Amino acid sequence: MIDATEELLTGWGNTAPSLARVERPRTGSEVEEAFEDMTGPMIPRGLGRSYGDAAQCAGGTVVSNRGLWHLSPIDPETGLVTLGAGVSLEELLAVSIPAGYFVPVTPGTRQVTIGGAIGADIHGKNHHVDGSFTKHVTSMTLATPTGVVTLTQKSDPELFWATAGGMGLTGIITQATLQMIPITTSYVTVDTERFNDLDGVMNAMLSGDDDYRYSVAWVDCMTSGPKMGRGVLTRGDHAPRSALSGRSARKPLVAPSSSMLTVPFTPPSGLLNRLSITAFNEAWFRKAPQRRDGEIQSLGSFFHPLDGVSWWNRLHGHRGFLQYQFVVDDAHGEVIRQAIEVLSAASVPSFLAVLKRFGPADPGPLSFPLKGWTLALDMPIGPPQLADVLDQLDIMVAEAGGRIYLAKDSRLSPELLRAMYPDVQKLEEVRKRIDPKGVLASDLSRRLGLS
Amino acid sequence: MRNAFGQPQTVLVLGGTSEIAHHVVLQLVRERTTTVVLAGRDKGRLEDAASELREAGATTVETITFDASDPSTAGATIDDAFHAAGGPIDLVLLAVGQLGDQDISDNDPVATIKLFDVNLTWPAAALAALRGRLISQGMGHVAVFSSVAGVRVRRANFTYGATKAGLDALAQGFGDSVRSSGIKVQIVRPGFVRTKMTQGLSEAPFTTDVDQAAETIVKGLSSSATVIWSPPVLQGVFFIMKNLPGFLWRRLPG
Repeated sequence: MIDATEELLTGWGNTAPSLARVERPRTGSEVEEAFEDMTGPMIPRGLGRSYGDAAQCAGGTVVSNRGLWHLSPIDPETGLVTLGAGVSLEELLAVSIPAGYFVPVTPGTRQVTIGGAIGADIHGKNHHVDGSFTKHVTSMTLATPTGVVTLTQKSDPELFWATAGGMGLTGIITQATLQMIPITTSYVTVDTERFNDLDGVMNAMLSGDDDYRYSVAWVDCMTSGPKMGRGVLTRGDHAPRSALSGRSARKPLVAPSSSMLTVPFTPPSGLLNRLSITAFNEAWFRKAPQRRDGEIQSLGSFFHPLDGVSWWNRLHGHRGFLQYQFVVDDAHGEVIRQAIEVLSAASVPSFLAVLKRFGPADPGPLSFPLKGWTLALDMPIGPPQLADVLDQLDIMVAEAGGRIYLAKDSRLSPELLRAMYPDVQKLEEVRKRIDPKGVLASDLSRRLGLS
Repeated sequence: MRNAFGQPQTVLVLGGTSEIAHHVVLQLVRERTTTVVLAGRDKGRLEDAASELREAGATTVETITFDASDPSTAGATIDDAFHAAGGPIDLVLLAVGQLGDQDISDNDPVATIKLFDVNLTWPAAALAALRGRLISQGMGHVAVFSSVAGVRVRRANFTYGATKAGLDALAQGFGDSVRSSGIKVQIVRPGFVRTKMTQGLSEAPFTTDVDQAAETIVKGLSSSATVIWSPPVLQGVFFIMKNLPGFLWRRLPG
């Protein structure tokens, strides 16, 4: 018997809750069992870090992948690791770092599962060099309504790539083999630079990002006038042993520890408002150095600063929040500035935005990255103008040939999804083949009219 | 599916010829609403409302008829509505109601029964029919159109006021009972709105046009408020009214 309960689920943004039967299979054959007699709707879920409704299924079944937990040792010859889809990056890193391996791609949190990382085809600070997550997956086992398949990038490229960024709509990943990267220390050498305006940040990224494996800028979207878009750029590479001294040199490979702090309950909405967010952005900008080279930071503090506080999403209050992340190509870099101007003119409070450069797009029809610029902004739900302002941004982004990231989305319209992802039919064709009865569906797929 | 702002894609209007509800839906169609089911008594007027919604951009508008003076039709009407929607319904506007005529219902038991049937018994039965449907679809949002007339009942329309007081109380309890299932229930308490229903009546203070009322209600629908007052100032006004001593309340005009 598969363990199951009724649960009210939301994404990380705490918006639009829906009730579903949550099943927790522990083996591949229990996943197959979950598909038996299933008429749908049904969708997999990992750690629920998608901001919107990707891993919700109102009135249907949500299959948690967290019971699919097994982890083989990393092959010292090849750096390949085979693991259950429910293993989180934190759990993987706890084992891999002491053995001298890091994940090929990590988002801003370790709290994502392998299945979720493939389903959203996540990217990290190294996209301009290494591409998205699924590119580093050499094979995966996928349970679909028409059977279980083991996929490689060659065996069934349509299904493999439709699954990359397919938001769980091609089936339930039960296991994957991942190409890890060797590291000699669990530290990063970091160069930090502070810029007083957006042009300064963007020019530095254009001219210098190629010299670094990892690069990200934090941009202040709440300061208007000449200082609009001022920011702090941090770039780095894995530190060699020779860069370490003292205690870190004696213990060069230490796995990041789990968070010590937690937000124990949801405070009233409005705690994070224009005033408090402006003050936070100001303090954060001032604390950064004008320029500092070669600073040694731990992997955890460089890659996963928000993992220091569990359930930080609760700080946005009971109304919840959303993240707006879009990408435009290099020819439309001005859309980054225009978007910040639109938000600033509409007085929409927004936390520090994350600005990054992407390398070439990956093959998944719903995979997010495009070569160019991506900007991600956190915003609390509440300002009455927010819904219209974001609709306006969607149109700007779509007209520039850009798109928004479905793992963050909670409000895009079906029409603009098709404008932004012209290859969406490729996913729909694959779905017709492996899911002819249309069992797999989420709140997101129904909201966006994905067949 | 509704989105992070609570904007619905599929809307059911019970009382599909209600002017306030119609203007609410017109605004929702400008946001994300594409499918609308209008349920009401008068086929011709429903079709008029439907074509206006299609012109405004709704892709699917269905109409179904029922007679609210026969509460036994409520269950079948809800079944028909879900069938017509062809899938989950994100938002239900429960806007069935008549103003009645106090001069008649003062002395007429039949007219009194009819007003209770239309304004309270039919809606109560409809909520009972909706409950299981909404819980099994795993999400939902119901806006029950009450009235400030039910907050403290005036002698000029006490029968109407009493039906709305009953509906208001029912909606509050219904909302509490489905909250943990992810279903949001809001009570809409408009003041005097210039519509066909109120034509010829003398206007009360804080009277609004139907557009203004609709705008306030649409804004309220995406909030977490359990009661939507239109205009919002009436929340304060009726807090005072409700707490006036009886001898003062009775001296107020009408």
